Amino acid sequence: MNSEFPNKQNFTKESLKKQFRLSEFLAEKIISSVAFLSIAIIVLIFVFVFKESLPIFNFGTSEKAKTEMEAAPDSGAKPESYGSEPTEELKPETYGSEPVANEELKPETYGSEPVTNEDLKPETYGSEPVTNEDLKPETYGDVKAEPTVAASSDEMKEVVGSNNEGADKTWSTFFTTEWVPVSEHPRFGLIALLIGTLKVTIIAMLIAGPIAILAAIYTSCFASKRAKEIIKPIIEMLAAFPSVVIGFFALMVLATFFQDVFGYESRLNAFIGGVAMALAAIPIIYTISEDALSAIPKTFTEASLALGASKWQTAFFVILPAATPGIFAALLLGVGRVFGETMIALMATGNAALLSANPFESVRTFAATIGSEMAETVFGETHYSVLFFIGSLLFIFSFALNAVAEFYVKGKLIKKFQGK
Amino acid sequence: MKDIKIHVNDLSLYYGEKKALKEISMQIPANKVTALIGPSGCGKSTFLRCINRMNDLIPDVKITGEMLVEGVDIYDKNVDVVNIRKKIGMVFQKSNPFPKSIYENIAYGPKINGIKNKTELDEIVETSLRKAAIWDEIKDRLDDSALGLSGGQQQRLCIARTLAVSPDIILMDEPASALDPISTSKIEELVHELKEQYTIIIVTHNMQQAARTSDYTAFFYLGELIEMGKTNAIFTKPEQKQTEDYITGRFG
Amino acid sequence: MNTVINETENHFFSNKKKGVDVKGKFIIGITQIAVLLIIAVLFIILGIIIYEGREKFSWEFISSFPTNGMTEGGIFPALIGTFILVIVMSIAAVPFGTITAIYLTEYAKENSKIAAAVRFSIRTLAVVPSIIFGLFGLGFFIQFVGGGIDKTFNAGQLHWGQPNILWASLTMALLTLPVIIVSVEEALKTIPRELREASLALGATKWQTIKNVVLPGSISGIMTGTILAVSRGAGEVAPILFTGAAYYLATLPESLSDQFMNLGYHIYIMSTQSSDVEKTMPIQFATTLVLLILTLSLNLVAVIIRSRIRRRAK
Repeated sequence: MNSEFPNKQNFTKESLKKQFRLSEFLAEKIISSVAFLSIAIIVLIFVFVFKESLPIFNFGTSEKAKTEMEAAPDSGAKPESYGSEPTEELKPETYGSEPVANEELKPETYGSEPVTNEDLKPETYGSEPVTNEDLKPETYGDVKAEPTVAASSDEMKEVVGSNNEGADKTWSTFFTTEWVPVSEHPRFGLIALLIGTLKVTIIAMLIAGPIAILAAIYTSCFASKRAKEIIKPIIEMLAAFPSVVIGFFALMVLATFFQDVFGYESRLNAFIGGVAMALAAIPIIYTISEDALSAIPKTFTEASLALGASKWQTAFFVILPAATPGIFAALLLGVGRVFGETMIALMATGNAALLSANPFESVRTFAATIGSEMAETVFGETHYSVLFFIGSLLFIFSFALNAVAEFYVKGKLIKKFQGK
Repeated sequence: MKDIKIHVNDLSLYYGEKKALKEISMQIPANKVTALIGPSGCGKSTFLRCINRMNDLIPDVKITGEMLVEGVDIYDKNVDVVNIRKKIGMVFQKSNPFPKSIYENIAYGPKINGIKNKTELDEIVETSLRKAAIWDEIKDRLDDSALGLSGGQQQRLCIARTLAVSPDIILMDEPASALDPISTSKIEELVHELKEQYTIIIVTHNMQQAARTSDYTAFFYLGELIEMGKTNAIFTKPEQKQTEDYITGRFG
Repeated sequence: MNTVINETENHFFSNKKKGVDVKGKFIIGITQIAVLLIIAVLFIILGIIIYEGREKFSWEFISSFPTNGMTEGGIFPALIGTFILVIVMSIAAVPFGTITAIYLTEYAKENSKIAAAVRFSIRTLAVVPSIIFGLFGLGFFIQFVGGGIDKTFNAGQLHWGQPNILWASLTMALLTLPVIIVSVEEALKTIPRELREASLALGATKWQTIKNVVLPGSISGIMTGTILAVSRGAGEVAPILFTGAAYYLATLPESLSDQFMNLGYHIYIMSTQSSDVEKTMPIQFATTLVLLILTLSLNLVAVIIRSRIRRRAK
């Protein structure tokens, strides 16, 4: 205690000077950039799914394509410069070899003779005939044929015209009711699919919504603490059932059972699909609703009980209304789950794009269409693009549902509990 | 009293809009025990956490004024908060050993400071535990989990852990509040021994403890420093009415 | 019997007759039935699958290849394919998910717009239909990345630009990412503030504290997340429909650029596209049983670990 600083000078500007710590700096940078990747993924998903569907929007730009093709009739034009239907079809790799080969092959490939294209299998990739790799035999249609012929100067104008028409046609068939993607005149009637999807979704929600919400009310308001600890994990176990298992169960067991009960004609139909999807949606709706109900402050309940209301009156007139936004969110996410469910739809709905209000008819949903047809399409053709377009629709829809569930519901909740 | 370790000038702290510390100015002597007392919520713990900048961790905290340690303002832009904390150790109200072995708990600080040599670490562990007067009790089970120790032992372990980084100042935030009387007296003895080498600032709500252990006492009330002086003086003839009220148990 | 009138008009009266609140009993009864219905359906599904699948379910079934045009034999390659898928998936998703969770709990500032955007993205990722991941895998991994690799390194020879295990696993990794992030985040939040403060007060930096104190304490949370993700990835079929799953392969995959068989996909094709659906019924049920055992037991383990973490947090 005699010296001014008994333990040597510990605090000096030097010893305390701000240090640059490389590991610290790197850790923070790496961690935040990895985290930001999740934003990038969402953007990428949208961009890449949407990008593949772009060709169907391009009927307006065929004028440009025409002039460029005129300028370089020998297919020297870069594929990127097309911007219309052919863009996707003429992949850069397919060039490389003598264009002559193309020219020669063209007359044959034009027209609706699929036979000529039979030899042009995708395996030929890499050598001369490659250019015609795009001409997938089975998927032949008038839209298909154009790109290859496009390079030939003579036929070009006509072809471009028909290309234009083709894209327009594709677009216009969206609003028809027929889904016939593989044919000489493919029709992509999204309405048939939309109706199918809606039918299944409505049936599933009519079943899952009430059951799941009632179960959530029982669990959160009436069940004893011990019962709650048993019920919750069991119902949540249902969420662990892979959808392919539920689809399989519906296909093998439910379909036969309900056919025996109701005696309708087609074994697989919208109703079976709806029931099976309800099984998939119930745990989601249940869990989120239960959380919402349990989050209502105890004081609400106590106040109501103290006024002499019974348990059920408290549950239905106090807790339930207070939890409405959360339950609404639960239903929205349930809809999202059903709307985009693929495996159950593939296995249990019958997959026929019929237009009917009868719930016992087969239907085809958006997701099932992608699931069952994507493997058979060929990179770049209209059918392929249309499937990606459907994918974009599904993505936008689920994105919007989530956004609404998140922002609208949160906003409501905050208002509710922090005063209007 | 020339040996002043810390000069605090007009230090204020805001939690968002709320002013939690109001223009605190005080001088904390070196190699003495300074006790901070006051009713709960008076800001004494908040003030303690200002001394090693633990409040940096809380969002929305704004601090104005000066905190000079040996003449260096620790809130200066060019000062490294990590280095500050190495020199100003802290013992918390609730003993918080890491869920690791006793040895690992003590060696944690030296290790992050880059000491890897095993014999050197062993030595630091032993001296720290000895200084914290706990070596004899646990020397045979250094590899056991620290969570298996009793509350009092855990708290002394935490003190040993703080000593292992060889700090200059030790902050103690009600270190004995959760302990039984025997453990408490051990901690108090320890504090008494440690002041030979360290400057100690201790927050306590137990006035007997403040009277027994400290050389100086500062009384906080509603975010303000009401009075500071030699412990004897504060407890026998406080200058302020509020201090007197508190000490005689009229509130708090 | 109109107890409602009693209750509203005369409290004392209704209190005496509390036993006859028929309406209340009825309403509570309905909610109870809803719970029982769900639980009953769940056990019926389990029961039927176990009952129908038990006959074929054997060690031999699990360990042998399918034979005779997949109308006989076992599911060994599908099981192995599923394992490889979830392993590669975990290798990709666990570090990514853990780091994102660390960002959200440790680095993101409260009210930060970017952190909110990250959170929103993760939640969106959790609700995007699984088939969209399949499309993305096809458009991005196979055609853009794989095709790009082929174009630049393989002179246009198709090698990476087609469906394989790697692309399927990465697609699945994106799908299961939110599961991991949520689990790890929950575990990170249970690390008491006191421990972080203890470390920081000893002069540890933020990263040292995370590395030495926070992460070791959340190992079980990372494990829970991984197990849940594996359970999810093992059962999902839609994302791998066109990113790598194969109908039938005579050999096990040898490299990441091979296609693979998969349990869920096997169930799907066996029940919808098999040459003889009736005859292979026992195989289908047994395969479903294997998949269910796999996913449910993984889930059970995760639930147990998670409840331990929660108890510790209290």
